[in-house]
Amino acid sequence: MATNRKKLVMVGNGMAGVWAIEHLLKLAPDAYEITIFGAEPHPNYNRIMLSSVLAGGADMDEIIINDLEWYRSHNINLHIGHTVTRMDTKARKVYSDGGVEVGYDELILATGSNPFMLPLPGADKEGVIAFRDINDCRIMQETAKSYKKAVVIGGGLLGLEAARGLLHLGMEVSVVHINEYIMERQLDEAASTMLRKELEQQGMKFLLAKQSEAILGKKRVKSLLFADGSMVEADLLVMAVGIKPNVGLAQKSGIEINRGIVVNDYLETNIPGVYALGECAEHRGIAYGLVAPLYEQGAVLAKRLAGAPTEGYAGSVTSTKLKVSGVNVFSAGQFIEPEGSRALRYQDEIDGVYKKLVVHDDKLIGAVLFGDTSDGAQLFSMIKKGEDIKGREKELLLGISADALSSSPQNRLEGMADDEIICGCNGVSKGAIAEAIQSGGCTSVGQIKACTKASASCGGCKPLVEGLLQLYAGDAAVSVKEGICGCTTLNRDEIVSEIKRMELKTVKEVMNVLEWTNEEGCAKCRPSLNYYLGMLWPEEYVDEKESRFTNERYHANIQKDGTYSVVPRIYGGVTSPTELKKIAEIAEKFDVPMVKFTGGQRLDLLGVKKEDLPKMWEELDMPSGHAYGKTLRTVKTCVGSTFCRFGTQDAIGMGIRLEKEFERLTAPAKVKLAVSGCPRNCAEATIKDFGVVAIDGGWELHIGGNGGVHVRATDLLCVVKTEDEVVEWASAFLQYYRENAGWNERTSIWVERVGVESVKKALENREDRLALQERIQTTLNLTTDPWKQIVNEPELRKNFEPIAPIEIYK
Amino acid sequence: MTKMLVGNVTDIDRKGSRTFKYNDIEIALFRLSNGEVLAVENKCPHKGGALSEGMVCGTKVHCPLHDWKIDLHSGVVQEPDTGCVITFDVEVDPNSGSVYLTV
Repeated sequence: MATNRKKLVMVGNGMAGVWAIEHLLKLAPDAYEITIFGAEPHPNYNRIMLSSVLAGGADMDEIIINDLEWYRSHNINLHIGHTVTRMDTKARKVYSDGGVEVGYDELILATGSNPFMLPLPGADKEGVIAFRDINDCRIMQETAKSYKKAVVIGGGLLGLEAARGLLHLGMEVSVVHINEYIMERQLDEAASTMLRKELEQQGMKFLLAKQSEAILGKKRVKSLLFADGSMVEADLLVMAVGIKPNVGLAQKSGIEINRGIVVNDYLETNIPGVYALGECAEHRGIAYGLVAPLYEQGAVLAKRLAGAPTEGYAGSVTSTKLKVSGVNVFSAGQFIEPEGSRALRYQDEIDGVYKKLVVHDDKLIGAVLFGDTSDGAQLFSMIKKGEDIKGREKELLLGISADALSSSPQNRLEGMADDEIICGCNGVSKGAIAEAIQSGGCTSVGQIKACTKASASCGGCKPLVEGLLQLYAGDAAVSVKEGICGCTTLNRDEIVSEIKRMELKTVKEVMNVLEWTNEEGCAKCRPSLNYYLGMLWPEEYVDEKESRFTNERYHANIQKDGTYSVVPRIYGGVTSPTELKKIAEIAEKFDVPMVKFTGGQRLDLLGVKKEDLPKMWEELDMPSGHAYGKTLRTVKTCVGSTFCRFGTQDAIGMGIRLEKEFERLTAPAKVKLAVSGCPRNCAEATIKDFGVVAIDGGWELHIGGNGGVHVRATDLLCVVKTEDEVVEWASAFLQYYRENAGWNERTSIWVERVGVESVKKALENREDRLALQERIQTTLNLTTDPWKQIVNEPELRKNFEPIAPIEIYK
Repeated sequence: MTKMLVGNVTDIDRKGSRTFKYNDIEIALFRLSNGEVLAVENKCPHKGGALSEGMVCGTKVHCPLHDWKIDLHSGVVQEPDTGCVITFDVEVDPNSGSVYLTV
């Protein structure tokens, strides 16, 4: 230890102080020799998480912020379990009750605060505690093992968190509060009432407007008596009525005290070389009891001690969140309307949502949120910045833009700016569509699509395009029957039934007979007809590769630069060292620019030249992963009972079996499966087209999920007992989807279109399921691995090679 | 003007294509369903997509990247998009099936 360093001593080993030290070490790691005293026998821990410890969301050891190793590695002299009892600001020394005496150049007081204990008769009885530190938590946990009745005095933030924790420990809990409504310092009456009802549903009892008078019992607390003569039984009494800054030590040492230790904007007390921060400090008349201001103070103090420039601390706008599971409460700023301000309120008792905004001089000065607190952070930052919100008040309150609130969708379209994008896929603005109608003479959605590309890709904006057509063309708007593409007016069901009725067997035949307007169709109808014909006549129809998209024609994903990517099949996401080595060696041999893990537990070799594809496939000697096709992609699995301590079934085995069962299946759109080995659902099976979740002694089968464009959670199809039944239901479901969905229609959209009940009904009879399973088997039996086929057939392979011209003359 | 023998019609599938590089440009040869062979620069005017990888419908090809539609005879991009790709003269010997291209 260098002796020329200045000596920095901190009294207090809590969140605010240690955070300032951490910050200081970053700014000036070698400036000080640091000594810290902490009265609690622990390293610095996160006091805020005590509620989570009680509620079972965290363990004691998980809430340690800086373990003893941290102090050691930063050469901090730590004295825990030592209370500093005396300081001499003249001699610049502090003395602890453990007999330690240390001199300082700079001294930080970070003594925090103490719980405020009501001076009631009997407050010294056994079973009367505060809710402040690890020790209080331990007492609660111990008490809950042998006693039943808990009473919490204090219906504020801390009291409610303590009460929630005690409920979690299995105790009966009554909350005593002196006011008519709870959390009155953070909530208005409406939000408070909603909160109380919610907590009552969770099992809390409330005794409101009750003045506590005495704690009764012999050695241990037995009951609490109120001023009105009523009483409540209690085996454990927790006082959570507030905190008071811990200023005893400072007071004895001639430091200026008000409610807390008085500090200026640089956290300096009236004594040179002595600073204070955190809950023990009072800045511009406010002693904060929340964490955010303490961090802000810590940053200023660290800069000050490191000699770095700082503008000082100007106080904090605070916000509150209640950490009680299942209850979302947020409040910030001045939530009770001060004189001259106005408030907007939104109260929905059906969904249990309440929102209140307080506005003064067109600025947001306060907010209360209950039920849905997702806007909290945004509103809080507006309050802090003092942003002007004129004209946006309703939008902030309702989360809907002001023009969306006007009377009709038509008005909304009218009020939309010309440069607002209607079609996100093709970047078509409202103005471009208006022009196509007004000067381009478009009178139908189809014409607008052909003219501007609006609604030509995903079709999500079609209602808006229709609305604009009504708006600008009015009566001239023609409603034209929309076909599957611009080449026909027939829809999917009409086409499929005509193919069946007339036994049409080729794409060309379908187009001729059904009078396509473009002789060879387009990039939309060709692949869809190819799919329908293959699905309807699996044994006769020969797949037309020239009617498939690039990716499916070349069995690889085309990238923006014309290179391709290769994803070999890795069943259930389980590989081996040998397989990995092989993949790695091939990636090196062919100079693959990037090797990436896919979201579906496989490896993607990206940036491969087209002519290298067949060579790589040959060397890989693995089946295609079909990462490019309207087919089964992958079956994602968790670890399952193979290794996982929670696994109830063999998820990996089930996943591999399903993948082997359905690989190479042609489908209307890509199909993703997943198998989770327990309800924790680590494989995210509930956002897959077909998801399997193991439960003890069975499997839940879920359908119609999607985690992509159209995020949708699955519907539960049924619960089965055996792996064979899983395969039977999966086969039946997939075949029913193949036979009834439109081309390019994912199960999520399809299930919503036809209704989950109709799918359940179609699959409820085992006879029907077996018939579907037989049909899917017929189809599957006819498939072969495309990579092998291309490798072995020169006629297919030639299309991957460039041709070599011979010059004749120049 | 350079004339070269680029191969035989049977090297190209109907509704399919083959490519080759000449100096610094990549050329895509297409064979339509009626047997006609056409050649264009293998570069969509939109984002440079390889037209050879696209779907051939009649006399047009759909770019695989964003579905731009290009007429293979004229090289003209179809409505609602705009632009043009370079086309090359192709001759096919009716007896031998040899394909000649002039750059």
